[in-house]
Amino acid sequence: MKISEIASLLNAEVLCGNGELDREVKSACGCDMMSDVLAFVKEQAVLITGLCNPQVVRTAQMMDMVCIVFVRGKRPPKEVVELAEKADIVVLATNERMYVACGMLYQSGLSGGGVVNG
Amino acid sequence: MADCVRLRYVIDGENFTSAGEASVKVKRSLRQMGFSPEVIRKVSVAMYEGEINMVIHARGGVATVDVYEDRIVIVLEDEGPGIPDIPLAMQAGYSTAPDNIRSLGFGAGMGLPNMKKYTDDMKIESVVGKGTTITMTVNV
Repeated sequence: MKISEIASLLNAEVLCGNGELDREVKSACGCDMMSDVLAFVKEQAVLITGLCNPQVVRTAQMMDMVCIVFVRGKRPPKEVVELAEKADIVVLATNERMYVACGMLYQSGLSGGGVVNG
Repeated sequence: MADCVRLRYVIDGENFTSAGEASVKVKRSLRQMGFSPEVIRKVSVAMYEGEINMVIHARGGVATVDVYEDRIVIVLEDEGPGIPDIPLAMQAGYSTAPDNIRSLGFGAGMGLPNMKKYTDDMKIESVVGKGTTITMTVNV
């Protein structure tokens, strides 16, 4: 699924990475606990979260994730968006809640992805 | 023994916001050196969790990354409170992190287990009241 499709399904605002919406996402992870995100490797993943601090971006960066979606109408502080921009990570913000956002993407064919240890 | 490149970082213990910056730099350096994405991810995730731990528990410390052709060795040294019961600390879900850390997305008791999971070898040396040294090796 392209990032642009995620943005349109979730009626999301693009906070950075406008030029990279054609990038393909293969799996997703909905989580507010960053260590849980770090526990499972996914391919070209999107991180869906309600947490809005810089560690969200660093976690995504460590896991080579391509996109972060902030849910529940949250808007991350400017420095968080700048950090993501520097890391080439697209940032979206949606008013949908976590459960609904994950459900919509899953229903549209975006899977959780295979769990690869290490 | 092949040549070794040493990277060294002081981890600021006062600043949770900057925690992880050293891991980002290591990731960038390893990419420039041409390591595979998998190796880079293992090293950077293990180091990132360690860095977060040092900020949460030990008021910071020093991270040294020795890069060899066949392995990468990460040494994290702090002068924090030490770990009284290492097997307990290694249990997934066991955490002594304060509640405010949980609201930041950490403190789920997955840090040390994740570090072990992503590395080929991990040694913890800790003296209560003196500090902790964690040595992790990722084979290339």
